[in-house]
Amino acid sequence: MIDPILEMRRVSKSFFSIKALRGVDLTVYPGEIHALMGENGAGKSTLMKILSGAYRPDPGGEIRIEGKPVHFNGPHAGRAAGISIIYQELSLAPNLSVSQNIYLGREVSRFGMLAREAMEAGVGPILERLGADFAPSTLVASLSMGQRQLVEIARALHARSKILIMDEPTTALSAGESERLFGLIRRLRAEGLAIIYISHRMDEVYALGDRVTVLRDGTLVGSLDKPEIRADTIVRLMVGRDVSSFYKKEHDPNAVPGAPVLAAVDLADGRRVKGCSLAVHAGEVVGLAGLVGAGRTELAHLIIGAAAKIAGHVEIEGRPVDIRNPGEALDAGIAYLTEDRKALGLFLDMSCLDNINLAVLGRDARLGGILDRDAGRDRARKAFAALGIRAADVRVAAGSLSGGNQQKVLLSRLLATTPKILILDEPTRGVDVGAKSEIYSIIDNLAKSGTAVLVISSDLPEIIGICDRVLVMRAGSIAGEIRRAATTPLDQEQIMALATGMEQLDA
Amino acid sequence: MPDDGASAKAAAAPGLAAAQETRRQRTRLLIRSAGMLPVLVLLCVGFHLLSDGRFFTAQNLGIVVQQAAVNTVLAAGMTFVILTGGIDLSVGSILAASAMAGLIISKLPDLGALWLPAAVLTGAAFGILNGGFIALLRLPPFIVTLGSLTAVRGVARLLGADTTVFNSEIPYAFIGNGSLTLIPGVLSIPWLWVIALLVIFASWLVLRRTVLGVHIYAVGGNESAARLAGIKVWAVLLFVYGVSGLLAGLGGAMQAARLYAANGLQLGQSYELDAITAVILGGTSFVGGIGSIWGTLVGALIIAVLSNGLILTGVSDVWQYVIKGLVIIGAVALDRYRLQGSART
Repeated sequence: MIDPILEMRRVSKSFFSIKALRGVDLTVYPGEIHALMGENGAGKSTLMKILSGAYRPDPGGEIRIEGKPVHFNGPHAGRAAGISIIYQELSLAPNLSVSQNIYLGREVSRFGMLAREAMEAGVGPILERLGADFAPSTLVASLSMGQRQLVEIARALHARSKILIMDEPTTALSAGESERLFGLIRRLRAEGLAIIYISHRMDEVYALGDRVTVLRDGTLVGSLDKPEIRADTIVRLMVGRDVSSFYKKEHDPNAVPGAPVLAAVDLADGRRVKGCSLAVHAGEVVGLAGLVGAGRTELAHLIIGAAAKIAGHVEIEGRPVDIRNPGEALDAGIAYLTEDRKALGLFLDMSCLDNINLAVLGRDARLGGILDRDAGRDRARKAFAALGIRAADVRVAAGSLSGGNQQKVLLSRLLATTPKILILDEPTRGVDVGAKSEIYSIIDNLAKSGTAVLVISSDLPEIIGICDRVLVMRAGSIAGEIRRAATTPLDQEQIMALATGMEQLDA
Repeated sequence: MPDDGASAKAAAAPGLAAAQETRRQRTRLLIRSAGMLPVLVLLCVGFHLLSDGRFFTAQNLGIVVQQAAVNTVLAAGMTFVILTGGIDLSVGSILAASAMAGLIISKLPDLGALWLPAAVLTGAAFGILNGGFIALLRLPPFIVTLGSLTAVRGVARLLGADTTVFNSEIPYAFIGNGSLTLIPGVLSIPWLWVIALLVIFASWLVLRRTVLGVHIYAVGGNESAARLAGIKVWAVLLFVYGVSGLLAGLGGAMQAARLYAANGLQLGQSYELDAITAVILGGTSFVGGIGSIWGTLVGALIIAVLSNGLILTGVSDVWQYVIKGLVIIGAVALDRYRLQGSART
């Protein structure tokens, strides 16, 4: 039996009071492709950042490379120890050449001058070994995504890495490029490299994985050897969680009268969304599930006019509407809660008062455009009371509140417009458990009062807990719909199967 | 174990922690709104003592506010621009071109009285041109206004065929040199300063009491979020650069009325730097979204008091440059410090 190249024992990582990883054991052997799977937030990226040296693990754990204990103390420590990571977002400088990128930070110089030819000569054999069809002097900006990935791999090999971690390497690649990448990964395995392959996609894990390790909620829930790798086993490991009772659902799931309030017909943007249709009725909560990158947020952006569509249209209460920007969406009665509340939603330096009133300021404008500030203050105070926002005063900066309260402030802005249709994109991301449950009950109340609600979420128990019906997106299309039957709850595994495309493999 | 005691107390009384948080937030609000006012007061008192009591005299204060007036008006416009995260380097040139246009109109036999609106509208037109490039063509404000800094300076020189234009009979000359008498023989305020204060008040009204004002803060605080919230970002940008140009035009009119003359080459040289300094001294963040017009007023006064006080205390011209430059750097350091303490994390 060969000795493992990487051993992690009881590795934990906590951020303040939140445990992102709990006592994870991971063993990787040279010459194996080790697939790492788990839902979003299961701890995959935390684990990876520990291996890169970007995060320092909690005391008590141990990491050994080739049997020797290592202590990473900086973002480059992992690389020095022989671990290279290829991120989803490639980290190349597009304005530099291939060889300059590979030598970045370790440039060769002679008498203080860059030895460009020496560097290009040093890179040549590695590119050849990888079967690259471009020269070391090529500018990275002129390469395709697949070629850039080759440069990243070349950089890892050039640094004599023994462990290569790849995080969803095929997200930006075409099918042909992915196939070529798989061939290369197998060749690197044959050369004795250890490869940790992080992916959501079942077919890739089938094709490549020698072993699969599944993380859930920061805990390692199982490791499967090649013969044991079966889609249903993996899915069960990934989602195996109890749906707790804090999902409030009192609105009538069968109250679906007449025509849908919102209908999207064959929407496409030419890139991430490939012809999606959906309908939401008054008083209904519809879930939009799928993996990260499946195109859910992009679809929402098409509906509200935040992105340009190349095909399809939107109907409100049966009438086609032309929505060209988010302002027109609000006018038409569609409010959208962004998934990225800090970057795209809130004005962190502005008061809660202004944040809440922002979308309805026109209503408070009196003679000469002067604002009636009492009306705004009353509205903000009412929102504070109605949604249970905890802050000293409506005038404090929104950025000083906790995640849950920030989310409620943002939600208040949308509700102030009294929307007919509410699209919530990851409504409970970065929100503590207490506020989560409160947000669920707000959603339930809205549905009770006849609002049509579309919830985009990567949190499966959440989707199952609050939705009447779930649409599953995969790779830009609606892969299927799951309805709640009268007695049986929605099935997590069925959703996951649709989202990963596993149902095709097992069929 | 004092730490354990404190945490136990906090755990026992969650209300206490909330009250402390409230107090901290109130203090922060207070510090931010008070801004540089204490510095201004200290400077005034300091110069009064160092100059043997020559600072706080009616005559000297009149000079200070007269000196501060044009820069206050420019800085008010600059506040609008910087609140959106932009910059307007062209205000000095626009001021010169507007003053030239105003003086030329004032010499026309029948239209002379229209010189004032002509100057203001010239400024507004250049400002809207800046805004068009920035808002509609999405070019960076620094580059656009750097270009118009040079180009509009050229226009200013062209207007007077590169000479100084005089008009000793210019209508409304009182706004440049006259004073508004409040109590005869006791208290009067230079008209220039009255105009500056009116501009500050109007700016406050727009920024804090209108829909547009909230939208300006929103665009500066988070442009993507503003767009997603349905705000017409392009209209906001067009407006702020238009206002900055319009107020530079007003500044040009004030300058023309004061001097009875304008020179396209010399007038308003590097005024943009004083205006930017006033805004930054006033606590408006360079990245946008944070700041107030009152701070800008204080900032403009600090610059005027600094110039006046350094002359009163007999500091040489050369050292005045050094000291003012250090004040600018100090102001940016303050800006950084302020941002660290804010909610931007």
